[in-house]
Amino acid sequence: MSNFLSVSIGRKFLMSITGIFMMLFICVHLTLNLFLVFDDSGNLFNVGANFMSTNPLIKIMEPILALGFIIHIIWAFIIYYQNYKTRPIGYAVTDRSYSSNWNARNMLVIGALVLTFLVIHLINFYYVIKFDSAAMGQVTIDGTQMHNTYALVAGLFKGSVIYGILYMTAGILLGFHLSHGFWSAFHTIGFNNENWIPRLIVVSKIFAVIVATGFSIIPLYFMIKF
Amino acid sequence: MESFLNLTIKVWHQKGPTEKGRFESYKVEHISTDSSFLEMMDILNEKLIKENKEPIAFDHDCREGICGMCSLYINGRPHGPDDDITTCQLYMRKFKDGETITVEPWRAAAFPVIKDLIVDRTAFDKIIAAGGYISVGTGGVPDGNNIAIPKDIAEQAMDSAACIGCGACVAACKNSSAMLFVSAKVSQLALLPQGKAESKRRAKNMVKKMEELGFGGCTNTRACEVECPKNISVSNIARLNREFLKSEFSE
Ligand code: HEM
Ligand code: SF4
Ligand code: FES
Repeated sequence: MSNFLSVSIGRKFLMSITGIFMMLFICVHLTLNLFLVFDDSGNLFNVGANFMSTNPLIKIMEPILALGFIIHIIWAFIIYYQNYKTRPIGYAVTDRSYSSNWNARNMLVIGALVLTFLVIHLINFYYVIKFDSAAMGQVTIDGTQMHNTYALVAGLFKGSVIYGILYMTAGILLGFHLSHGFWSAFHTIGFNNENWIPRLIVVSKIFAVIVATGFSIIPLYFMIKF
Repeated sequence: MESFLNLTIKVWHQKGPTEKGRFESYKVEHISTDSSFLEMMDILNEKLIKENKEPIAFDHDCREGICGMCSLYINGRPHGPDDDITTCQLYMRKFKDGETITVEPWRAAAFPVIKDLIVDRTAFDKIIAAGGYISVGTGGVPDGNNIAIPKDIAEQAMDSAACIGCGACVAACKNSSAMLFVSAKVSQLALLPQGKAESKRRAKNMVKKMEELGFGGCTNTRACEVECPKNISVSNIARLNREFLKSEFSE
C-alpha cells in the first residue's frame, strides 16, 4: 500500500469510490425529492425530510458524504493539473471529436459547474434547514410536529423562474457528468471487460437520463402548475 | 480509380530537441491517389533536395504496418484520417484535391522531438525494461498439450500482443497517457501461465515507470482505442487497473 496515491490508478481509485458513493446519494436524494411532485399538500415530502433529518444512520452518513464530496473535488483538480502538464506543446490541428465524447473530455468543466450550483443549493436549503430553521415554519402531520421543508422548497420554485431554470440546468449538467462518470467509475476499479463495456455504457446513459429528467422535472412542475 | 491531387503540406520543422520549431508550407503537385502518404512525403523530400533545401525528417521502417516506427499526427489525428492503420498504410485517396494537410509530430512531454517529425520513444523501452518480460528462464519448448490454455484466453493474449508500440495512443490521449500501451503489455503476459506469476509486480512497476517518465493518467475517454492501429481494446486498461489494485491491496 506504500504511496498508493502517488500513482495515477490510486488517485483514480479515490475518484471512482467517492463518485460511486455520491451516485448512491444522488439516487436517495432524487427519490426523496420526487415526493415534492406527488403530493401538493406537502405532507409526503415533509414526512420524508423529517425522517432524513432525524434518522441516526443519516446523521452518521452526512459527514462521510461531505468528506466524499471534498475528496472528489480536490482530487479532480489535482488529477486535471497533473494530466495537463503532460503536453507542454499542443497540436495546431486536432480532431478529438472523432475519437471521444465531449463530456468525457470535459469532466472537470462540467464538475466545476455542478460545484458552483452545489454552493448555491447549499445556501438555498441546507443553510436554512441547519442554522435558520425558525424561518421555515412548522407543520403537524399525524400528531408529529416538524419543519415545513416543503414550503421552503416549493416557495423557491413558485417564486422564481430564474432559480427554476438554474436547478433544471444543474440536473442536466449532472446527467452529462454521470453519462461518462457511471461506467468510468466501474472501469477504474477494474470491473469491466470486453462484454461489460457496452453494457455499462448503456446503463450509464439510462442512469444519466433518469438523473437529468428526474431533477429537472421538479422545478418544471412548480413553474408550470403554480 | 486513380486520379491526381495538388496539395499544400503544412509541416512541423524543428532543427533539434532544444531548438524552437515552426510550421512550413510546401506545395506538391500531381500526387496519385494510389500512392501512400509516406510516398507523397518522399516525393516532397526529393523536390526539396533538388532545390538544395533540407528534407523533412520523419520515422518509418517496414512500410507495411507491422513495425510501429511511423508516427505522424495528420489533420488532427494520429496516423491520419483512416481507421485501424499506421501512417505507412494511409493512402492519398483519403484526401481531397487542393486540401491543406497539417502534419505534426506526436506531442507529449515524454516523447520529446528529436528532429522535425521524429520523436524520441525510448520512454516505451524504459517502461518495458521496468517489468514487461518474464524474469525466469522457461527452458526449452514444452509440449503444447502440457499447458492447457483455453482458446478465448489465448486469443485475448494474442490480441493484446498485437501492440506495435507506435505511441498513437499517447498522441491521441488528452492526458498523453500511455495506459493503453502499458495495459496491452501487462495483459499479454498476465493472461498466460508463464506471465501470471509476476503479473502484480509487473503492473505496479510498469505503471510507476510510466508516470515517472512524464506520461499522464487515464480518464477513460477511450480516444486511444479508436486511434490505435492495432485495435487494442480499453478492456486491457480495466485489467491493468485490476492487477494494480490487487497488487496494492495485497500488501
Ligand atoms: C453530485 C455530484 C457528483 C457526482 C455524483 C460525481 C460522480 C462522478 C463519477 C461517478 C465519476 C467517475 C469516476 C471515475 O472515472 O473513476 C466522476 C469523475 C469526475 N468528477 Fe465527479 N461527480 C460529482 C461532482 C463533481 C464535482 C463537483 C467535480 C469538480 C469540481 C467533479 C469532477 C470530476 C472529475 C474531474 C472527474 C474525473 C473524470 C475522469 O477521470 O474522466 N465531479 N464524478
Ligand atoms: S496500444 Fe495501439 S496505439 Fe498504443 S502503442 Fe500499441 S499499437 Fe500503438
Ligand atoms: S513503417 Fe512500420 S508500421 Fe509504418
